[in-house]
Amino acid sequence: MKPFKRVEGLVVPLDRPNVDTDAIIPKQYLKSVKRTGFGPNLFDDWRYLDPGEPGMDHSKRRPNPDFVLNQPRYQGAEILLARENFGCGSSREHAVWALTDYGIRSVIAPSFADIFYNNSFKNGLLPIVLDEQTVDRLFREVEANEGYRLTIDLEAQTLTTPSGEVIPFEVDAFRRYCLLNGLDDIGLTLQHADEIRAYEARRRQEAPWLFEGVE
Amino acid sequence: MSGKTLYDKLWDEHVVRTEEDGTALLYIDRHLVHEVTSPQAFEGLRLAGRKPWRTDAVLAVPDHNVPTTDRSQGIQDPVSRIQVETLDRNCREFGITEFPMNDIRQGIVHVIGPEEGFTLPGMTVVCGDSHTSTHGAFGALAFGIGTSEVEHVLATQCLIQKKMKNMRVTVRGQVGPGVTAKDIVLAIIGEIGTAGGTGHAIEFAGEAIRALSMEGRMTVCNMAIEAGARAGMIAVDDTTIDYVHGRPWAPKGELWERAVAHWKTLHSDPDAVFDTEVVIEAADIRPQVTWGTSPEMVIPIDGRIPDPADESDAVKADGMRKALEYMGLEPGTPISEVAVDKVFIGSCTNSRIEDLRAAAAVVKGRKVAPGVKLAMVVPGSGLVKQQAEEEGLHEIFLEAGFEWREPGCSMCLAMNADRLEPGERCASTSNRNFEGRQGQGGRTHLVSPAMAAAAAIAGHFVDAREFAEEAAA
Repeated sequence: MKPFKRVEGLVVPLDRPNVDTDAIIPKQYLKSVKRTGFGPNLFDDWRYLDPGEPGMDHSKRRPNPDFVLNQPRYQGAEILLARENFGCGSSREHAVWALTDYGIRSVIAPSFADIFYNNSFKNGLLPIVLDEQTVDRLFREVEANEGYRLTIDLEAQTLTTPSGEVIPFEVDAFRRYCLLNGLDDIGLTLQHADEIRAYEARRRQEAPWLFEGVE
Repeated sequence: MSGKTLYDKLWDEHVVRTEEDGTALLYIDRHLVHEVTSPQAFEGLRLAGRKPWRTDAVLAVPDHNVPTTDRSQGIQDPVSRIQVETLDRNCREFGITEFPMNDIRQGIVHVIGPEEGFTLPGMTVVCGDSHTSTHGAFGALAFGIGTSEVEHVLATQCLIQKKMKNMRVTVRGQVGPGVTAKDIVLAIIGEIGTAGGTGHAIEFAGEAIRALSMEGRMTVCNMAIEAGARAGMIAVDDTTIDYVHGRPWAPKGELWERAVAHWKTLHSDPDAVFDTEVVIEAADIRPQVTWGTSPEMVIPIDGRIPDPADESDAVKADGMRKALEYMGLEPGTPISEVAVDKVFIGSCTNSRIEDLRAAAAVVKGRKVAPGVKLAMVVPGSGLVKQQAEEEGLHEIFLEAGFEWREPGCSMCLAMNADRLEPGERCASTSNRNFEGRQGQGGRTHLVSPAMAAAAAIAGHFVDAREFAEEAAA
């Protein structure tokens, strides 16, 4: 996983609550057996006027000029500013892969759905929770100022606005550590393989029916 | 010290180790796998040269992409076919048990787990699918995970987790006749909102929940995620134990007795404290219909489409306006005047035998309305289909003009050929009414099986209880 330390990037505002993972990446693209290539289909139903299917040349489709990601001033955005309950619905990690493949490094919102929040950290995408008033204010600032950029420092756990205002944010110590170092969770867990085996041995005694598995 | 909640008990039994910041390594007893969220996980194992930790805890089934029409020619869509074949190949390579497409036991992953006794009380159950919360109906800790976590569980039989908060939703008293589990859970989501349970594990409790069958309890827990909670659960009682008894993977003999003795402890202690408590009066719940593009946008069948002008929160009002526009609805319209184009009875929420019986009871001796282009029933598994056919339910549906299909996820998410065309309106027993969920531009209204059946007959939304009264008269 790509480590996340510090990102200084253009902000794009997506002003609607409860953005679900079906909207982030529609179902027809989940048929892929790969982790990459989802970027052109990020927010597909909102982003294009014509329907899309896997395998199409998406650069030839008709972009929806009203959709925020298509506006010239937000091209190259790396930070997505969103509303409450971002990423609700399906557990599809493809939603995170679509965001990162497009080039988004961090999503800022007042709240995230649990599974999406979790999936983000596994892919080097930093979800940042800020209170509603601050998010509201950032929306106003982004919309009023073309080229609005934020600097995210994960080490310091701060956001810095163009005016130099510093906004602190919270993130779990363990998740922060993994993200800063780009660590592979599985490798970390396997360092505790003996403890997992000891747990299994104990449970086989206490609750043997749990190990009556599939033949 | 106060007592433990059901969630506390399940959590404590499965913690392998805890880090200083509270992050825990949680042991997973059961891992269900389907074709959509697993290929990248198996590929990850392959690239790292890792083997599954415990193949006997894993069960795989293709469900999202499979056709619900004739399967003798295989899957016509080449992209879907590759995904299902990839699952078959991965299961063979890694030694994982799979019910392939033409196995009688094939079906929706959340239907077959309980049906086979693969899901048992007291277990931790995960799947790369958000509706894994379904299995919490058995007094299990069950939740959906992403593909990276699927790979993590395959490789280590554990997950890295932070403990969630405890929430209890008590449905006090008894629901009226003809009010179903689906109506209960939609009413709960309408009350607490689609993010109401975020960060929590929800325990559903109260007389109305206790009175539900296991099928009904699965419907309620299935939609915990639609209230924002990864996990929903219900305490073990005789209903749970009776359902599990004799299932293929349920313990037998002396082991059964030991297991039951433990399972009977799987309830919240009387003095347990919840971080959040919600109480809903069962008597107030009427049959529900969603009107918008989020499950929280729900009204009773005698209700009218709400007006964004009455909403004080500006972000919410804007969300309502977008939903009304997408759904092609006007504020103030009685929901019973809204006509439907298609009817879908199926999905991991409502495709079990009891759901099909409830729909058939409404349909019996009637015909699908002429304005309805397609009404379809998609049983949750091959075994549900078989049982329904033994009971003659398929004949009731076919005589009324419904299509009787092969098991799978089907039009719940439209990854196969079953989908809505732009602008089409559907009465659906599934779980999500998101934009485009059932097909780009499609308009979904979530309802119970009886309400979907009644909409098919009437051609518009109607109180299914009227049909039950007519049938009784």
